[in-house]
Amino acid sequence: MALDKNGIAQRIAKELKDGYYVNLGIGIPTLVANYIPEGMDVVLQSENGLLGIGPFPTEENVDADLINAGKQTISMVDGSVLFSSADSFGMIRGGHIDLTILGAMEVSENGDIANWKIPGKMVKGMGGAMDLVASAKNIIVAMRHVDKYGKSKLLPECSLPLTGVNCVKKIVTELGVFEVVPEGGFKVLERAPGVSLEEIKNSTAGKLIVEEEIPEMAF
Amino acid sequence: MINKVVDNAEVAVADIPNNATLMLGGFGLCGIPENCISALVAKKTAGLTCISNNAGVDDFGIGLMLQQRQVKKMISSYVGENKEFERQLLSGELEVELTPQGTLAERIRAGGAGIPAFFTPAGYGTEVAEGKETREFDGKMYLMENWLIADFALVKAWKGDTAGNLVFKGTARNFNPMMAAAGKITIAEVEELVPAGELDPNAIHTPGVFVQRIFQGTGYEKRIEQRTVSSN
Repeated sequence: MALDKNGIAQRIAKELKDGYYVNLGIGIPTLVANYIPEGMDVVLQSENGLLGIGPFPTEENVDADLINAGKQTISMVDGSVLFSSADSFGMIRGGHIDLTILGAMEVSENGDIANWKIPGKMVKGMGGAMDLVASAKNIIVAMRHVDKYGKSKLLPECSLPLTGVNCVKKIVTELGVFEVVPEGGFKVLERAPGVSLEEIKNSTAGKLIVEEEIPEMAF
Repeated sequence: MINKVVDNAEVAVADIPNNATLMLGGFGLCGIPENCISALVAKKTAGLTCISNNAGVDDFGIGLMLQQRQVKKMISSYVGENKEFERQLLSGELEVELTPQGTLAERIRAGGAGIPAFFTPAGYGTEVAEGKETREFDGKMYLMENWLIADFALVKAWKGDTAGNLVFKGTARNFNPMMAAAGKITIAEVEELVPAGELDPNAIHTPGVFVQRIFQGTGYEKRIEQRTVSSN
């Protein structure tokens, strides 16, 4: 069965390592915080200016002056630090953040990503996404495999305006885990439980690389 | 110490002319200069170029100035929370320069620090890089971005003193410190104004040299865009 958004987040959490500083984008990536393995120290960055995002606050602890990049009220963990957005993006641009997890509208087989604009329809802006994808050491995309019209989001080339080029390393969708290989293509690493390779092939427009028996995801 | 205190927002923004370039601090509705925005809405100053990460929401923040068509151009990174903004943008009434958030922060920082341009990898290979100089450093491609300087910077701090020193709280700091430095005239509104000498010099975020006017703000609404709570 294909994963739901929590399943995608849970699978991505397995990519975390002890001591990582991680930036989580809006949407499915935010849910990854719920699945950080017990005993693992991972520091979450909010690009508006905080290292050490904690859980959502209780009603009586809500503070309008403490929000994440999705403008949600949050709390801070012990050891948190606050700073300006210039310092925050210095951390990002300077390569001090180990992993960026973000959503996408399209990813191409050479690792280009589009997630900020649909010409003539939606112009929200790129926010911090262009800075993050241009500089993060490791970028994982969390997204649906196909859009709401059933069209594949894993493409030979992106059709929408790009957010960054040659930057996505790994993609986790409801159907599986895919590595973007340097020579171009989506290498299938894992299938979601009960999902066949045939289903993955049918939903992927870009070049799919199947090198061996593909294992099912384990949690 | 030079006393920079003015009575209120109305006095502080009185000489902001039509067609001025403004910087407005804040991320979303967090840390925005609420009092100065209200004063500009009342004053109906028009033709403004506003440099601000976001454009408020329809009925709060810069959204209030958009409703009155006071804004000619926005330089922002994310404007998704504002339907009136999107409408004016798609219809061509409003000129918009969308800039990656880190590039925006650094352009403002550069403006305050006297650095006319710098190279960043953000936006390379995208439409953001169109018309901009690109260059390779150590095998990676970068594009050149210019500084930003404003006629007036409107910033909001938690505490400030009569010498213009500022302390921010939580994530309300965001763009405020860089904007304070990048305004030819910087107006700071604070929740608590204290006499010079009361703030710990070790704990000041923005030195008073960057601030020309400061006033005690009133009636802060501090609206929350996404109130998210947990039960335990």
